[in-house]
Amino acid sequence: MEGLLYPITLTHYLVLGAALFLIGALGVLVRRNLVIILMSIELMLNGVNVNLVAFSGLHGDVNGQIFAIFIIAVAVAEAAIGLGILIALFRNKMTVQADEIQLLKW
Amino acid sequence: MSEFYTSLDHFAILPALLMGLFGCAIFLFDFWLFPSAREKRYLVWFVIVTEAFVGVALYRQFAYLKSSGISSVSAFKGLLSIDGFSIFFNVMFLVAALLAALVSYRYLEEERENHGEYYGLLLMAQCGMFFLASATELVSLFIGVELMTITFYVLVGFLARDKRSNEAAIKYFILGSFSSAFLAYGFSLLYGLTGSTHLAGITAALASRPLDDPILLIAIITTTVGVLFKLAVAPFHMWAPDVYEGAPTPVTAYLAVGSKAAAIALLLRLFEGPLAGSRDMWEPMLAVVAVLTITVGNLGALSQDNIKRMLAYSAVAHAGYMLLGLVAGNETGIMGVVIYAFVYSFMNFGAFLVLIGLRQQDVRGESMEELHGLMRRNGPASVMMLVFLVSLAGIPPTAGFIAKYFIFLALIETGHYVLALIGVLYVAVAIYYYFRVVRAMFLDAPASGLNLIPSTGLRVAIVAAGIGTIGLGLFAEPFLRLAGMSILR
Repeated sequence: MEGLLYPITLTHYLVLGAALFLIGALGVLVRRNLVIILMSIELMLNGVNVNLVAFSGLHGDVNGQIFAIFIIAVAVAEAAIGLGILIALFRNKMTVQADEIQLLKW
Repeated sequence: MSEFYTSLDHFAILPALLMGLFGCAIFLFDFWLFPSAREKRYLVWFVIVTEAFVGVALYRQFAYLKSSGISSVSAFKGLLSIDGFSIFFNVMFLVAALLAALVSYRYLEEERENHGEYYGLLLMAQCGMFFLASATELVSLFIGVELMTITFYVLVGFLARDKRSNEAAIKYFILGSFSSAFLAYGFSLLYGLTGSTHLAGITAALASRPLDDPILLIAIITTTVGVLFKLAVAPFHMWAPDVYEGAPTPVTAYLAVGSKAAAIALLLRLFEGPLAGSRDMWEPMLAVVAVLTITVGNLGALSQDNIKRMLAYSAVAHAGYMLLGLVAGNETGIMGVVIYAFVYSFMNFGAFLVLIGLRQQDVRGESMEELHGLMRRNGPASVMMLVFLVSLAGIPPTAGFIAKYFIFLALIETGHYVLALIGVLYVAVAIYYYFRVVRAMFLDAPASGLNLIPSTGLRVAIVAAGIGTIGLGLFAEPFLRLAGMSILR
């Protein structure tokens, strides 16, 4: 069973990053529940993190990892604010479905 | 001062430090010094004092550049740069934040909302904008974008009891962080292609690469999508009308002016820096986007009865004109973009100011009917509104004409005749919907029970915006010289 031990190359990491990013983007576009949309956005940012850390290893340069840590921090801030806004919305409208938020249009 | 924080570094980051520290100070003093609701309005003085300090710090940077005769100084080992560009944009942000603070205290009292965090958040957003204009490195730029947009999510949803404000905040939050993720993905690919996060390093590394690299194409597309979302450009403009309508009006004005100028700064930093070499790839793309944006913005504005919404669509159209300057791409064009952003911040803010004055306890003050007969209720305010609208339409002798003039001049210089023609044709459309408002103000019979009694802050802000709008149009020469110094290169 030697064939199972392929070395993991940069391409694998990039495909993983792109897949996470696309799944996240698709989630934002397709799902209706705002909490899941929030989770999908986190997934997109984590796809970016995989990219950054892989590139950091490729270039032997630490900046990519620093960037990834900053993105994690930003994602936390974003999630906190997002949930706060979501709670304010839920108090007033009693819904977290994206298609029931339709006071403002055209 | 150590090797990692030299006096030059301090000098470069001082404006941001001031905004950050005073912002935090407001969060603290809010409940220490002013526990009673009636005194909260004095917090606005904190913002005024901060902006005075920031103004002095920026002026010292300007004087330093001028006296030493160099065009840019970089600090923090290339993370930040002081140049004409950063100073020019920071002055724009300063004006926007100051005007927003001046007109907010009465508005917040009418809305019965808490003041303290509001002013702190205004300064924090300005701090993020500072990094967008000054940073020359991807991580700092991204942090700047996020600092600005995350504070704006809160500001847009600041009226926690108002359903429309909630809805605007959640829409802005989802589309904003969606676009931030695109921007981050583009940045990660740029870093991967070049091994550097510094814009200068990326520019150097991209120069030696073939242009038909698919990864480079993906990097450019995702980065552009991220920036264009922030700039509210078609087809990524859907959030703008909803957010502008639902947000508290001072925040709408600050968002329309500050965040748009900051996005322009980011756009110029990237497209005149690392991506300048691949101009052949993105120029046709941006030309299509610009035409689409002007079309969607102007046609969308035609049928609006809510003036905040109409101004939102017109802001979309204005962003399209700014993009046209970048498409032209010569020195006149880039100068045109910078001038447009500066002029736009006065005239667009001015138009929102009158709406802020109309907001009262049970009057929203944002529909066309509520402006009916404003002339007979408050003459000076309606005359100022006329000035702002004339300038937005781009009619001389106002500043809006100067701005459009440079964009069209650049397009003709570079042979983009069709784009120039489309741009001019849509000015006619714009005149139609701006003058619907003028007709409502001057010709229609006054609506009953409405009144506009401006607060002191609002008076000062309207006069300042009016002086900016007319003054920049009549005495453009010194201003144009300053704008010329702000071109990156």
